[in-house]
Amino acid sequence: MIIQQLSIFLEDKSGRLTELTKILADNDINITALSIADASDYGIIRMVVGRPELAVRVLKEQGFSVHLTEVACIIVPNEPGGLYHALKILTDNNINIDYMYAFAIQSTALAVIRSESISKVIEVLQKHKLELMKASQVYQI
Amino acid sequence: MIWNQDIECASREQMREIQSQRLVKMLGRVYENVPFYRAKLKEKGIEPGDIKGIDQLKDLPFTLKNDLRDNYPFGLFATPQSEVVRVHASSGTTGKPTVVGYTRNDIDMWSEVVARSLTMAGITKNDIVQVAYGYGLFTGGLGLHYGAEKIGAAVVPISGGNTQKQLQLMVDFGSTVIACTPSYAAYLGESIRKEGIDPKSIKLRAGVFGAEPWTEQMRIQIEELLGLKAYDIYGLTEVIGPGVSMECEHQNGSHIFEDHFIPEIIDPNTLEILPYGEVGELVFTPASREAMPLLRYRTRDLTRLHAEKCACGRTLVRMEKCLGRTDDMLIIRGVNVFPSQVESVLLKLAETSPHYQLIVSRENNLDALEIKVEIDEQFWSDEVKVLEALRNRIHHNISSVLGISATIRLVEPRSIERSEGKAKRVIDNRKK
Repeated sequence: MIIQQLSIFLEDKSGRLTELTKILADNDINITALSIADASDYGIIRMVVGRPELAVRVLKEQGFSVHLTEVACIIVPNEPGGLYHALKILTDNNINIDYMYAFAIQSTALAVIRSESISKVIEVLQKHKLELMKASQVYQI
Repeated sequence: MIWNQDIECASREQMREIQSQRLVKMLGRVYENVPFYRAKLKEKGIEPGDIKGIDQLKDLPFTLKNDLRDNYPFGLFATPQSEVVRVHASSGTTGKPTVVGYTRNDIDMWSEVVARSLTMAGITKNDIVQVAYGYGLFTGGLGLHYGAEKIGAAVVPISGGNTQKQLQLMVDFGSTVIACTPSYAAYLGESIRKEGIDPKSIKLRAGVFGAEPWTEQMRIQIEELLGLKAYDIYGLTEVIGPGVSMECEHQNGSHIFEDHFIPEIIDPNTLEILPYGEVGELVFTPASREAMPLLRYRTRDLTRLHAEKCACGRTLVRMEKCLGRTDDMLIIRGVNVFPSQVESVLLKLAETSPHYQLIVSRENNLDALEIKVEIDEQFWSDEVKVLEALRNRIHHNISSVLGISATIRLVEPRSIERSEGKAKRVIDNRKK
């Protein structure tokens, strides 16, 4: 249930993100989800991709500062209150979220969650019968 | 253990008395025998009799490395050549080599200060000292050799290089002390592992390392690799060679053998003497040397001096590890800034690699300093708040060390341009 997310430190230099996505394209690696946390002069790219280990290898070879971070991906109904229901369970169990990004496709919405205790997130959500994406599913979207 | 209790633990007054006597005598000798100094002193209107003691050292002229080159090879010798029993020379990477001469008494004095140094590291006549500094024109090998013999240790004069043989003798002879450059020590340690030598068969307990700058991180690494306690020995050919100063077991700076090498710290711009505790250029007057006494030799090394008595009982003035060279100094908003100060802050923070670059520019007629810092692959976070906290910590620590504020810019690992493996440390855009 743990998903390996790519985290990449990028200097604020023009064309750097394009360069990054080109390397992934050239290696036939698909991006499932992506978000950018931007500070004044750098950004952190977080993305879920197919074949994350290969992605790390090729990006490192090209001099990128890339690491894998464990995240969880919850599936909630694409309707009002869908995300609330999931987050309330985490709050009730004293779990803090470090960051999150989400996207919706048709009737479902997916939220990528990062927390210090990612295995606890998974355990708690499963206990409450929430659906989580398996790594194999996510990498293939 | 202290080799020369009377000198190494003398009161400040006693030390100043010794220094005064030696300075006065030396001045007579150089005035008499060295045309270069006679001219310089006359220029300042100083006759030998005018100088009564150490308080007047500040009035005397300086000596620069260039002065040694200009008087190549023997122009600064103060004794007839027949009295000289040895010459050494520093590698002349730029121009001619720097030549120094020694009389019999100079060699004895040198052996004495190296004996004091080795004793500081707890080395005695019972030790087997493997001298892996180069023997030859370089002062390292012979300097350590004579000092180790003086204390009665068994000297293995293997000189530098030939790593296989170094390791073999180290095991077969049971060497207890190694003296070499810190980088060679690290290499020897790595070679022990590579060769599959049982660390238990290595009997080393102390290392005497010098002749190049090294960091605390290197010390820890060498101590782990070789299973010994690593000591820093400082020296420079122009002053004598190794044994100008040495760390005791408290490793709280290096004790300068100031009865022979009178230290001062000056502001490299104004040439004014700075008080203890302030960073400036280290200056030595090797007053007891016969063949080649120098007046206020400017080392271009930047450091601080401390005069408080050390926990080891010695009262000799201590110098900190050199912070850098005067040649690297920048003046930003009127403040002296050394790249090495930035480096020392970064080395203390576990999260950054010591790869950085200072970029100085002028904005609205004000100097602006930006420091690029490479984030380290070992410590890594994908959270902005963690990286921002790191940036703030760097900013705070650097501002308090430099005394001026700098903009900190976090950059990708390996993104700072390297030339020959070394990063380019400073870009000054104010010139032109």
